[in-house]
Amino acid sequence: MLPPLIASINYLTLYKQGPDWNMQTFSHILKHHFDDDPDRVCLYILQTGQPDLPLTYRDLIQGAAGYAKTYEKNGILPGEVLILILQHGIDLIYAYFGAILHGAIPSIMPFLTEKLLPERYRADLVSLISITRPAGIVTYKEFEEVVRSAILPEDSVRNIFISGEVDTPFNPDFEELNGIKRNPDDIVLLQHSSGTTGLQKGVALSHQAVLNQLESYSAELGLMEEKDIIVSWLPLYHDMGLIACFILPILLKIPLVLLSPFDWIRAPYRLLQAVSAYKGTLSWLPNFAYNFCALKIRDRNLVGVDLSSWRAVINCSEPMYLESHFAFFERFKGLGLKYDALVTCYAMAENVFAVTQGGIREPVLIDEIDRDSLQMEKIAREPQVGKPSVKLLSAGKPLAGVKVQIMNSEGMSLPERKIGEISINSNCMLNGYYNRPDATEKAFLNGWYLTGDYGYLVKDHIFVTGRKKDLIIVGGKNVYPQDIEQLAMEVAGVHPGRVVVFGVFNAELGTEDVVLIAEVHTDDPEERERISDLIRQTVTRGSAITLRQVVLVGKRWLIKTSSGKIARIANRKKFLEDFGLNSS
Amino acid sequence: MKSEIDIKLASFISTEILKQPNRTVDPQAALISSGLIDSFSLIDLALYVEDEFGVHIDDSELNASTFDSIDQLSDLIQTRS
Repeated sequence: MLPPLIASINYLTLYKQGPDWNMQTFSHILKHHFDDDPDRVCLYILQTGQPDLPLTYRDLIQGAAGYAKTYEKNGILPGEVLILILQHGIDLIYAYFGAILHGAIPSIMPFLTEKLLPERYRADLVSLISITRPAGIVTYKEFEEVVRSAILPEDSVRNIFISGEVDTPFNPDFEELNGIKRNPDDIVLLQHSSGTTGLQKGVALSHQAVLNQLESYSAELGLMEEKDIIVSWLPLYHDMGLIACFILPILLKIPLVLLSPFDWIRAPYRLLQAVSAYKGTLSWLPNFAYNFCALKIRDRNLVGVDLSSWRAVINCSEPMYLESHFAFFERFKGLGLKYDALVTCYAMAENVFAVTQGGIREPVLIDEIDRDSLQMEKIAREPQVGKPSVKLLSAGKPLAGVKVQIMNSEGMSLPERKIGEISINSNCMLNGYYNRPDATEKAFLNGWYLTGDYGYLVKDHIFVTGRKKDLIIVGGKNVYPQDIEQLAMEVAGVHPGRVVVFGVFNAELGTEDVVLIAEVHTDDPEERERISDLIRQTVTRGSAITLRQVVLVGKRWLIKTSSGKIARIANRKKFLEDFGLNSS
Repeated sequence: MKSEIDIKLASFISTEILKQPNRTVDPQAALISSGLIDSFSLIDLALYVEDEFGVHIDDSELNASTFDSIDQLSDLIQTRS
């Protein structure tokens, strides 16, 4: 059973009762915890092969103060951007909150993986720097050369900070730190999606927007600082990891158990062991992680594991499937997992994080609808006898302070059960895409943020049915097809401009497969295999994305639009008709 | 012995991981650093090796510095079995 909702003890509510609520910033809240409860553990860092490392608020603030002092001494000004290129761990955490304490704007860039070519990483970094115009970059000594080589003479970057060479932790006087002088409307942080395209649109969020989100989201979740513990393996450069599983717990005094995504993907059982060991109550997972855990964990890694403390396992950041919930529940119900703990959420960085949350106050609503009406008529009708139907999971209702409407292509609001673009208006919207007024303007219509997702409403419940934009989401990670197509066109033997990339749902994995189709000159099977391998290799090393299927076709197979562009949706349809799901 | 292990590994990789049963995988070809096997599939390979050869590969070893090719993986299996 869920604990009763007691919203009144959450910290932001306490703050709100104080006279200074309108002057609240991250630094005010951190100062409060530091003064009030310095010995409380805010974070347990779990790393393979090392003992768990607990950090108190004192440790956190002191470590962050060392970074803040280093930024200050080197002339970083409040309001300037700092890019953090660090692995998951204590340095990243201190560097991040150091930026906050200094009043600078932190932004985490994913670390180079062994798959990605350093040249390609460098090119992405060059592009990130040119748009975001950071004043400094924080990284490791070993990585300094790569970072330095990405800085052009006229760039904004004045300093590269090396994580091992910053000031030692100390007890700060908050009044002397610049962070406490920031205004609630000032930008506190930037969030980027990964990949070349994603890095060019940094979501800029104000203190006020983030705190508004934390206030309404914590109330909806019924968070209680004495009872809840969040366990996460999510990357901190992603909104779900950064907001729900990093900023929220630390600011709201909910202890956080943090695993690295690198460790989790190789040993998914570590999440369950951590939930059991720490009596974790909440976790956020992308849909694929339900399938991944259900399929790839051995019984021997579950000996003694007890999941009865888990009250909310929140499915979020890619399309949610009932089958994935079933698979997860069947696999782990013997360990005390409650079915009601499997809940849903719809979120995006542009709204800080959550737009909706389902399953906390009432069970997750399931809507069974007629499949053909959904696909052909864009209506969610009740199932017809003898016709195929689909069961969709409700993402829940909008949080307090968030309004949602379904719009048609003319921007008109649609009635219940009609499918259109989900648009939102809230008290926690982004300030804008950083240094991209053009992109910001395009994202809004009459004050409503256009999400690019399709969906419908039933009694305030939101059901997400698909995407308008060509984005592919793999394991919760955004993949922009144009980035991948560009890479594949570099391969000799591929017709320039004759490549298409799209996503196809893979039910076994619970996420999308990335499929690439390219037109080539040759019919020779060996030559085709060579080109296909080269495409895979070029794409992986250029984007860290693994292609599930590479299909080589002859000239003029691909469908183009009247304006000569490759039509992704039409080609996807043709692929499914011609090749089915399992061809290679 | 080694060639038998190589054949089994190559067949598992092409059929189960790459989903291209007709494909040949060069025993010397880089698997992890080239991105042929992504991080989601590494655990599949480890579970297969354990079931098929009774050799345990720890999750901390699932990276290109422990093995990156079929050749290296089959050496590792032989050393441990």
